[in-house]
Amino acid sequence: MQSPTAVLSARSVSVYYGSSLAVRQVSLDIPRGEIVAFIGPSGCGKSTILRCFNRMNDLVASARVEGQITYNDRDLYGPKVDAVAIRSRIGMVFQRPNPFPKSIYENIAFGARINGYRGNMDELVEGSLRRAALWDEVKDKLRDSGLALSGGQQQRLCIARAVAIQPEVILMDEPCSALDPISTLRIEELIKELSGDYTIVIVTHNMQQASRVSDRTAFFNAEATDAGSKVGYLVEYDRTERIFHEPAQEATRDYVTGRFG
Amino acid sequence: MLFNPQLERRYLWDNLFASATWIATGLAILVLLVLLADVLLDGSPRLSWQFITSLPSRKPELAGIAAALGGSIWLLVLTALIAFPIGVGAGLYLEEFSIESWWSRLIEINISNLAGVPSIIYGLLGLQVFARWMQPLTGGRSVLTGALTLALLVLPVIIVSTREALRTVPDGLRQAGFALGATRWQVVSAHVLPLALPGIMTGTILALSRAIGETAALITIGALTFVPFIPNNPTSPFTALPIQIYNWVSRPQQGFHVNAAAGIIILMVVLMMMNATAILLRNRFQKTLT
Amino acid sequence: MLLDSVCLSQRPKLRFNSKIAEILASPRQSVPMESFSQNPSLWQPNRQASQQTDLLVRSILGLFSFVSVATTAGIVLTLFFETVDFFRVIPIWRFFSETRWTPLFASAQFGIIVLISATVLTTSIAIAVALPLGLLSAICLSEYASPKVRQILKPALEVLAGVPTVVYGYFALLFVTPLLQKIIPGLQGFNALSAGMVLGIAITPLIASLSEDAIYAVPRSLRDGSYALGATKRETIVSVVLPAALSGIVASVILAVSRAIGETMIVAIAAGQNATLGLNPLVSTMTMTAYIVQVSLGDTPAGSIAYQTLFAVGTTLFVMTLGLNVFSFWFVRRFREKYD
Ligand SMILES: Nc1ncnc2c1ncn2[C@@H]1O[C@H](COP(=O)(O)OP(=O)(O)OP(=O)(O)O)[C@@H](O)[C@H]1O
Ligand SMILES: [Mg+2]
Repeated sequence: MQSPTAVLSARSVSVYYGSSLAVRQVSLDIPRGEIVAFIGPSGCGKSTILRCFNRMNDLVASARVEGQITYNDRDLYGPKVDAVAIRSRIGMVFQRPNPFPKSIYENIAFGARINGYRGNMDELVEGSLRRAALWDEVKDKLRDSGLALSGGQQQRLCIARAVAIQPEVILMDEPCSALDPISTLRIEELIKELSGDYTIVIVTHNMQQASRVSDRTAFFNAEATDAGSKVGYLVEYDRTERIFHEPAQEATRDYVTGRFG
Repeated sequence: MLFNPQLERRYLWDNLFASATWIATGLAILVLLVLLADVLLDGSPRLSWQFITSLPSRKPELAGIAAALGGSIWLLVLTALIAFPIGVGAGLYLEEFSIESWWSRLIEINISNLAGVPSIIYGLLGLQVFARWMQPLTGGRSVLTGALTLALLVLPVIIVSTREALRTVPDGLRQAGFALGATRWQVVSAHVLPLALPGIMTGTILALSRAIGETAALITIGALTFVPFIPNNPTSPFTALPIQIYNWVSRPQQGFHVNAAAGIIILMVVLMMMNATAILLRNRFQKTLT
Repeated sequence: MLLDSVCLSQRPKLRFNSKIAEILASPRQSVPMESFSQNPSLWQPNRQASQQTDLLVRSILGLFSFVSVATTAGIVLTLFFETVDFFRVIPIWRFFSETRWTPLFASAQFGIIVLISATVLTTSIAIAVALPLGLLSAICLSEYASPKVRQILKPALEVLAGVPTVVYGYFALLFVTPLLQKIIPGLQGFNALSAGMVLGIAITPLIASLSEDAIYAVPRSLRDGSYALGATKRETIVSVVLPAALSGIVASVILAVSRAIGETMIVAIAAGQNATLGLNPLVSTMTMTAYIVQVSLGDTPAGSIAYQTLFAVGTTLFVMTLGLNVFSFWFVRRFREKYD
């Protein structure tokens, strides 16, 4: 059931940390140009799966990925695929804003520079900041440290930083969880705006957020194994309206209506 | 294409950079090995029982390390006797007794500054205060003056390691004691100190091993370089291992250079034994705490 | 299972009792434990006496903690008074303006600049060696070495830090200098070059270990942010990690400079005792510390001008190192990036 428009597609993906299985047998497609939300209780492996998509898990020595993930129909973990090249095509925004301790300008220019950007850097910085709806707030202080911004601004700077290298996909791991409601709304608007040009996968604990911004939603859950540890799995993946209004699984209904226990 | 990642070239630089870090680390350790090998090659032919038991002499073949070794042992014991109670006491006070936080802070700042003062400056202090002003008590340029100076030098290390050791003792132990109406000193002396003692000992030994290798401060207080006897009381003039080594190095004759290398081997063996003791103590300590 | 829980609930009580016994017994007489609950007359702890002991102990320990402050005061005062005496005889402008350092000659001159130039020279050479070695080793240990390799390398570097400086002096004079003389023909037997280089090796562990701490403190999230942009490991280290650790690295270098300035035996043994103004690393020269050693070796009567120069030079040395130390503490505080 691989849809022709899938940018990323996972087939029976299991992830281990050391010898313990964290997520098992996840299969899903991320269609091009759509926003996909991952929801589910804490520890069910949403971040883990997300980090498989841009091979950030390579940086965790104990992590091991089984199964297959394809990116534009090529094996993401194939022998000739370079993780660094992949990450410049599949960007990531993290739970806590993590601007570099550099100027706002340099925060944006860094990624472009290492990736050999050949256009006008000033224009790229301005364009990216505009994309992230941050330009008006920072245009007079591009030389100030990125750390001097508010949390919401920092997160938009991180989004601008990701956008600047013009990736195909942006992965967002709970990008609003450290922000206040107003900043959250702004980021949500931003995400919707970006959706035409980018494929976005967003992990969120906020049910309304998932229903507001996403086209599709994947619900993950975790169950206890015999050994006493928890292992995550994909319960249901469908269009967002269906997940929220007529889910196929009992567990999904309980979760989205807040009756999860 | 707007982007031209040029991965090959970047990976080349990555490999060069990684190699540079390995080479730098390797170089530092290589120098250490070369130094040790050089000293061993130069000095081991001279090592003998005669060398260890002989007093200094104008003839390199007859000269030995006995007076310096004896002086260093005197220094070690006296420095330990002075620095250990004061350092541990100060650490105890700061960690367990001090109520005035500004006093603790002042001492903390003071200690971190003292740690940066060159040892030769301690030597000047020792020269003026212990060797001159307190001459009637210390006998001037005596082994006691040397020990007092070295004690001040290593005091910050002992205080800091005492405090660290005390911090590893769980607070519940103190609370339990206080809850029973015991005074601070009762709680500390009966329960806290015994638990922290191995850690304190480790820190003290490491501090003393710094004192044993210290040269500049002793030269400044005027430790004599030619002392043909082992001190027999604290006010006796003295020489010590590093001073004897310095004396031999700075002579032109090759024979004395060999003696210096042999002296270095003995100094390093003493240091190694002290460090081994400290490591043993530390391991034992870790076991009892877990 | 049941038995277990019973035992567990009793054990603390037992320990509790023995603790009472210990605490009450230790300073005074020991009391048999069984008689505690039965005989109330025994419950008369001598609170007054134990509080007096406590006060006494507290005062003694407080006095001990005063020793470290007294040391600082002692250093400052001895340096100050002897230096003032020195400047009574030799006006301060001569100290700073003369260009020769010949205090023991008949036509005595007291240009401290001569000694400072030598110190600056050896220190610069040392830093030129120690900064790349120390920083790259710090990066190697924290970013490239596996935990196992690190467990071997780190103690080895610590050994390097524990080698007495007189040993380094021996190594510089009798190994490094002859070696360098084969490469550089004009190199004198005593020279700033080999002294400075070995001094650099001696302070490498300091830079390595303090920089490693600073690098270690850079949060993982920053590295992740860089990798997620498609940066390689080197790009992440050079462009993100090192700038983030900069304040700590700079502080470590400043402390290393301070250590190099105050280091004595390596330069006294290998750099020689030739007090001439100049920055030629190939010839013999005399640093501030080497001068103090030279004078100390002779029998210098207290109160003589030579004796006082010790303290004038010592004060210069002290002010320089203290200034650097204070600056480095200030620098870390001022420029430390705060990550939460
Ligand atoms: N680096 C790691 N090493 C070992 N185990 C890990 C690591 N990262 C995650 N895990 C484990 O994998 C499981 C899934 O974690 P993950 O972070 O993917 O969950 P999550 O769904 O994102 O949770 P949350 O909603 O709290 O972010 C957890 O049990 C976690 O303990
Ligand atoms: Mg997560």
